[in-house]
Amino acid sequence: MSQRRVELTLTVNGQRYEAAVEPRKTLADTLREDCGLTGTHLGCEHGVCGACTVLVDDEPVRSCLMFAVQCGSQAIRTVEGLADGDRLHPIQQAFWEHHGLQCGFCTPGFLMLATSVLESRPDIGDEELREVLASNLCRCTGYQNIITSVHAARDQMRS
Amino acid sequence: MRWTGRSLRRFEDPALVRGLGRFVADVADQHRGTLHAAFVRSPVPAGEIRSIEAPPGAPVLTAESFPGIRTMCARLDRPDFVALETPVLASDAVRHPGEPVALVVAGSRAEAEDLAEQVVVDIEATRPVLDATAATDPDAPTVHAGLDMPMGNNVVLDARFATEGLEAAFEEADEIVALDIRAHRQNALPIEARGALAAHDRGTGRTTLTAANQMPHMLRTALADILDIGEAELRVVTPEVGGAFGQKMCVPREYVALVAAARLLGATIAWIEDRSENLLASWHSRDHSYLLRGAFNRSGMLLGLDADIVCNIGAYSNYPVTFGVEPLMAMAELPGPYRLSQYRVRSRAVTTNMCPIAPYRGVSRPVLTLAMERLMDTAARRLDLDPVEIRRANLVSEFPYSMPTGLPVDPGSYVETLDAAVEALDLEGFRRRQQQAAAEGRYLGVGFSVFGERTGYGTPAFAARAMEITPGYETVQLEMNPSGDVTARIGASPHGQGLATALSQLLADELGVEPRQVAVVHGDTDTTPYGWGTFASRSMVIAGGAAKLAAERLAAQLREIAAHHLEASPDDIRLEDGSAVVAGTSVGVTLPEIARIAHHSSHLLPAPMEPGLSVSATYDPGGTFSNACHAAVVEVDPDTGHVRLERFVVIADAGLEVNPMIVEGQIHGGVTQGIANALYEELVTDDDGNLLTASLMDFLPPTVCEVPLIEVTHVQTITDASITGAKGVGEGGAIGAPAAVLNAISDALSPLGIEVDEMPATPSRVRELIRRAQSTTTGGPT
Repeated sequence: MSQRRVELTLTVNGQRYEAAVEPRKTLADTLREDCGLTGTHLGCEHGVCGACTVLVDDEPVRSCLMFAVQCGSQAIRTVEGLADGDRLHPIQQAFWEHHGLQCGFCTPGFLMLATSVLESRPDIGDEELREVLASNLCRCTGYQNIITSVHAARDQMRS
Repeated sequence: MRWTGRSLRRFEDPALVRGLGRFVADVADQHRGTLHAAFVRSPVPAGEIRSIEAPPGAPVLTAESFPGIRTMCARLDRPDFVALETPVLASDAVRHPGEPVALVVAGSRAEAEDLAEQVVVDIEATRPVLDATAATDPDAPTVHAGLDMPMGNNVVLDARFATEGLEAAFEEADEIVALDIRAHRQNALPIEARGALAAHDRGTGRTTLTAANQMPHMLRTALADILDIGEAELRVVTPEVGGAFGQKMCVPREYVALVAAARLLGATIAWIEDRSENLLASWHSRDHSYLLRGAFNRSGMLLGLDADIVCNIGAYSNYPVTFGVEPLMAMAELPGPYRLSQYRVRSRAVTTNMCPIAPYRGVSRPVLTLAMERLMDTAARRLDLDPVEIRRANLVSEFPYSMPTGLPVDPGSYVETLDAAVEALDLEGFRRRQQQAAAEGRYLGVGFSVFGERTGYGTPAFAARAMEITPGYETVQLEMNPSGDVTARIGASPHGQGLATALSQLLADELGVEPRQVAVVHGDTDTTPYGWGTFASRSMVIAGGAAKLAAERLAAQLREIAAHHLEASPDDIRLEDGSAVVAGTSVGVTLPEIARIAHHSSHLLPAPMEPGLSVSATYDPGGTFSNACHAAVVEVDPDTGHVRLERFVVIADAGLEVNPMIVEGQIHGGVTQGIANALYEELVTDDDGNLLTASLMDFLPPTVCEVPLIEVTHVQTITDASITGAKGVGEGGAIGAPAAVLNAISDALSPLGIEVDEMPATPSRVRELIRRAQSTTTGGPT
């Protein structure tokens, strides 16, 4: 049943968005419908596939499992905020150069997950990185070139 | 060739990595005023609908809301085929769990789902039949009561083929190997589930369906036929599509209902499937069983093959390819790349109260390859032969070869890829390591899988299945703009394969332009020529072939204009680096100059040439076979039944590789789905038909941790079966991998006498086999 709406202000990619949403509305739906940021995709809506991964205060979260009303003051980052104008972020560039995507649907989630881990742990080893990347599902690439891409971005971001 | 053969970065990617790709849900969410639909679905597998009660005033649409709507029914013109009609919304009976009964329209998806929950569908549940073999029992419930079933209860296709000397081959045999192969029910599982947005324009009377789909033109025709409206009133757009693997090929009932609702209400309505709906009632796949008997002589030669194939096709037919694709492909292609003269097969489709089946990457070939490759390994063990040697002895090595069913096999590298896999693995070294491991009580195994992947087949191949709707050809329209850039409009409908990039490479070489100057337009029935879309590993072969033919025509026209302009012979003109030059000289004219003449100074064209630079070509080939050898190395934990993949080697021959990076990506993805099919993914239903794996907590696609490094080596056998030299590659990974994995597990567990013939080989199945083997040898349970 539809519920009373709550007014809130979200800070996404450094921009402020005013929205009035039902308390039950997920962060993912709010980003997509109220902020117009449709780069965050929904693959399962029950927190397994990770396609909807965004960063909340630089931590990766499943935006399908978080309510918008839970993130009033935190800084949210989505795939739309990665590039600097026309200049791609190293992780985006690496996915492009190493064929880290095919259909591209799961890609925003992987990019945000990888960005988070490479920012917080620039020296992370291959095995641990693999475990982190196991958070998300991809159906096209068999993960081979996702690993190659994230390794390349790690090297690029260290230098 | 300047561009063909290069791993060019994809033009598709910059938008996708920036989150600017527009998938159907993105289009819906960006459109203001979109209404949202939710479907009310049957909670039971079988029953009679007594009533449908909606909350007062709720916008609930049922079959009664659409009186003019027809049923969906695709047919095969064969005497052994029973056509099944699918209502768009169920009105009298429900025949599978999740069958759509009504749709609810509201301002948001959440509100639509709330309302859908309040719709009460009173169904008198009846006894379902879920298993295909059980369904053929005369006493089993009949899924489509009242339909004449002359071939047996619920049997909707019963196809047979036999050569004359089959019995003699079995009498002559030194060893007869019998197998019972089972491939359980699975789901193609694109990460983007299905979805569509129907927008009715009351001004023009036209409806645009934006949909996650692989066959936009076919979908438009189907909508016009089923809704009985003019095809000109419809436009189908396929925006970015988030993976499909066959699941977005056939026409969904939901899309038809959505278009009908949008026209009825004069509205824009979205339906975005959720994951549970997708697992329950999108399209399922596999669910085949093969009873197989192979007759071998002492040296391992396959003398005869006898197969009884049963495909559980669920409650209805898909549209347009029909359920016949499963048993008929299995029957036609079972012998694979092994020389065989005596073959008998019976292949049935059986309807049950399960979700309908539609093609999934490889369709029947992952299972038929599993069947043949398990046969080879089992025969080798019985005859004390090496699994590599028995394959070498039987593999086709002289071409052209014709399968016993008459299917022609063009040149490939079956023996060569096997030999290369043996070398890549260091098989001798592995066998030593395996023995050492055995001494430590560890179970290591290696498995091979050699197969051909029939690809790029056009109308003749589909016509052989007697399909009323016969797919096959592709058309490419090519236009050089006044600036010298090129627009290619194609009927194929790529959704992640990078076809736009690969076609631009091919066209760039033909026309002497840069790939970035080629815009490939696809996925819009208003702007592209009629075609069959992207499925069956066909696009590079068929759309690529049509692109090459169109480019040859355009190049001829460019050469003729240049020759006229330069007072030379067209035969002496070469198109290169953006110019038309007289061979061996520096005399030339740029392509933009020619294009300006053709468009803006057409009075200067050689008579009787028409203004403009626009050509079209169609390609409709008979088909080709790409091939590969897969080899898996596994370690099985006997205590848990867990299988760890240590290595996975692929020697792949896809003919000419236009973009090797893309080819390798297709192999990676296909192999991973094959591994998933072999080990993890299964739709499990209880005895009442309830799906127990309705979320990704229970249906288990692999993560990066389950997939080993996939070591790919490329071989390129070029044949004249494809005018570009390219053979298809989209499905091969998924076709070969299950057999390699199950052979490797069987090799690992051979000290226990275990053969694994059922996929997925989940830990519980492997444990059960070990338990049984140990209780047989020790006389007690472990």
